[in-house]
Amino acid sequence: MSTQTETPAAGKPEADQSPEPKPNFMRLFGRYLTEANSVMVTIYSLLLAFLIGAVLLIVSDEYTRSTFSYFFARPQDAWYASRDLVVESYTALFEGAILNFNTLEQYQAGQAEFGNLLRPLSETLTYATPLIFTGLAVGLAFRAGLFNIGAQGQLIFGMMGALIVGFSLDLPIWLHLPLAIIAGGVAGGLLGAVPGVLKASTGAHEVISSIMLNNIAALFLVWALGTAFLHSETKPDLVSKPVDDSAVLPTLLSSLNPSLRVNLALVIGIAAAVFTWWLLSKSTFGFRIRAVGFNEHAAATAGMRIGSTYTTTMTAAGALAGLGGAALALGVSSGGITTNTALDYGFSGITVALLGRANPGGIVASALLFGALKAGALSAQPDVPVDISTLLQATIVLFIAAPALVKAILHLRTPRGGLVTLEAKGW
Amino acid sequence: MRLELKGLTKKFGSFTADDDIDLVVEPGQIHAILGENGAGKSTLMNMLYGILTPTSGEILIDGEPVSFSGPGDAIAAGIGMVHQHFKLVGPFSVADNVQLGREHTRGLGVLSAAAARKAVLDVSEQYGLRLDPDAVCEDLPVGVQQRVEIVKALSGPKTELLILDEPTAVLTPAEITELLQIIRNLAKSGTSILFISHKLKEVQAVADTVTVIRRGKVVAELEPSASEAEMASAMVGRAVSLRVDKTPADPGEPRLEVKDLTVVSDAGVKVLDGLELTVHAGEIVGLAGVEGNGQTELARAILGLVKPDSGHISIDGRDVHGRGPARRIADGLGYIPEDRGRDGLVAEFSVAENIVLNQYKDEPYSKGGVVDAGAVRRRAVDSIAEFDIRTQSPEESASSLSGGNQQKVIIAREFSRPRRFLVAAQPTRGVDVGATEFIHSRLVAERDTGTGVLLISSELDEIYALADRIAVIYNGRIVGEVAPDTPREVIGRLMVGASAATEPARDDADGGDR
Repeated sequence: MSTQTETPAAGKPEADQSPEPKPNFMRLFGRYLTEANSVMVTIYSLLLAFLIGAVLLIVSDEYTRSTFSYFFARPQDAWYASRDLVVESYTALFEGAILNFNTLEQYQAGQAEFGNLLRPLSETLTYATPLIFTGLAVGLAFRAGLFNIGAQGQLIFGMMGALIVGFSLDLPIWLHLPLAIIAGGVAGGLLGAVPGVLKASTGAHEVISSIMLNNIAALFLVWALGTAFLHSETKPDLVSKPVDDSAVLPTLLSSLNPSLRVNLALVIGIAAAVFTWWLLSKSTFGFRIRAVGFNEHAAATAGMRIGSTYTTTMTAAGALAGLGGAALALGVSSGGITTNTALDYGFSGITVALLGRANPGGIVASALLFGALKAGALSAQPDVPVDISTLLQATIVLFIAAPALVKAILHLRTPRGGLVTLEAKGW
Repeated sequence: MRLELKGLTKKFGSFTADDDIDLVVEPGQIHAILGENGAGKSTLMNMLYGILTPTSGEILIDGEPVSFSGPGDAIAAGIGMVHQHFKLVGPFSVADNVQLGREHTRGLGVLSAAAARKAVLDVSEQYGLRLDPDAVCEDLPVGVQQRVEIVKALSGPKTELLILDEPTAVLTPAEITELLQIIRNLAKSGTSILFISHKLKEVQAVADTVTVIRRGKVVAELEPSASEAEMASAMVGRAVSLRVDKTPADPGEPRLEVKDLTVVSDAGVKVLDGLELTVHAGEIVGLAGVEGNGQTELARAILGLVKPDSGHISIDGRDVHGRGPARRIADGLGYIPEDRGRDGLVAEFSVAENIVLNQYKDEPYSKGGVVDAGAVRRRAVDSIAEFDIRTQSPEESASSLSGGNQQKVIIAREFSRPRRFLVAAQPTRGVDVGATEFIHSRLVAERDTGTGVLLISSELDEIYALADRIAVIYNGRIVGEVAPDTPREVIGRLMVGASAATEPARDDADGGDR
């Protein structure tokens, strides 16, 4: 992913004729708030997305819509109905994702344990964990100028790799669990290497090949689940064998309350983010990735091997997504994976990476946000349409990807150095 | 047209690009504007052409103040511009390019090809600029493409002032001579000319009067009879030595041997066709030639980015077949790429990161796969001081530097490690006089330490200033190797494929096989 700077027509900073007032902290802060810099664009994108979500909630709710039919007779009906709907819906999302106020009251009244209180957060973290891995998988490739659409397939391969080692070997936990996790990474890495090798050797565009590999991986899973080797020995539906207990990721908080599902994969995900950050900013490999991503011609002229950089980066990216698959197969789905286990974690990883601007820290933050939206939406249904979560995600990313739109809607000022947009090279 | 600028000023924030510029162009006058990169020439022209609005001051045409809100206004007022980088639609015909933006129609948006063709023929006849209106622009030689641009500029409703922005940068010596003649003819027919350049010889040859600007201010009004040294020191603001001091070369053993090198492009064209070239230790060989005759491919083949289809390259006595660029660089090959922005720098990287771009894997810049940011920074601080790179800090991104300072970053990268052989392709392109002087002296110093240098340049002046031996490339072959005191005309003839002795037979309208 390259960071492109759009400067005004003449390529010069915009003229600012007004005499500069003496800067003080509040004034600088005010300037910052009204400027289309990347932090403020992100914040405003979130606000705008929730605003649009509110409008769509109102439009899609039958009762609220009916109050608008007599809007001119009794506008207050429409107003109160809309307000109540939006507040209730967003409160429900919040309660499902972060803190349930009912549980809080019960806890204060001594009717609920502390563990119950943590349940929404645990769900958010559980949904965020695979997104951290797939977000990193897309983000790392972005930095080398590659658009890795294949995180979904890599995650599916990771799931299968971890599963096979997870049920077929009989080992002590200190060896079995790490081996199963590594198997997930290796399987994802192998699938990730394919578009890299194809691009390096034939110039085939990684977007096309990784999209196709997603389909191949998904259908391969369907076939594999039907084979006697993988298929469950006890259940008739298309579900795999469970992994051995010695390969199951231990939960972190189930001692407080058995319903807290968040497990060790979260810690591994954050460690992977830290490692990716270190790799990109401190290692010679990261130096090469960034140089190739920004300007492959200059990198090649400096003696860097472009093809092998593509291959290794895609392999590393695939391995990260594969670890995400291992997190599922050895974690929440350790009882057996199905064709539904992967959900759309790989595709959401693209938006997570975009929102996190391909920075490991930003990716963790946006994975948490998306995990919260998911957990909130799932717990708030059927009162709130579950699609609201997808809609909010899509709108947020739309605004992030089009900072000029946010700037125009809110009349923000152009920051020094111009607007920052994200784009993958050659796409 | 009489053009007058009064106190024209343009500010970008706190930066003043042009400061109180006064200028008069009399009808039929050729007025040259000389200035270094970043002196404010382009800003001035952009204001004249309506692309930028002046902060203060006024533009008067025939005594009447005018204000332009876009190039359309400027064209309507009679100003035409030929940009440095041609703005032609490659696959379009000459006639279509000329009518671009003001198409001839038969009403209702139906194009009239006949009217467009006639308009081109009218203009080219009126000014004596031969052009085939049906030729496809991208197939034409650069000199003819420029003629299309000139005809386009003259085809405005009443073009009386023509702005030419660095018009000779891409031309061969013969094309330059021809262009200068065209400019003289245009002036004779009453068109006023603003001629922007930093090439002193051309300015001397063609201008009626010379205005020198430096840091946005008019610093001198000179007669074209002024000496080159006088013009250069006015541009730079101090005395400049145009002559590079160097002692006769003392060539040693061969450092580069190219034998029968052939490279076939993806399109199936032989871009290098059995090229033979030897460069010895301690000499600078200047490779002269019109751009696009295989210089780029030769440089890239020496570095290892282009695989030869046949032939051998030896660097420092070793056949480098099968060795990648990294290995060749590590073995002592220095490389200054011709396209700084594309191949030389990672614009988003800091100055420090760019300085170690091809050495980041070596100690002390990294150990065990971990970059030592402190060592990189120390090296950058040293290089910034040694090579006088004007940057606020080593952490500044390379894109924020001026062209000359970006080039110094590349020079610093290549010159701060041991090397045996150096390829310098267009080392001073887009670089101002002061930096050029510095880079030239470093190249000579490099030669004196015993390095072999291959200097690839499309500027004959640069080749004459530096080369101990001149090789001329044409159509992927070395067509002549001559001594540095060979007359310009002889090299010029070699550059277009004619033999050194005879006068070339040329057809201007189709320009031959390039």
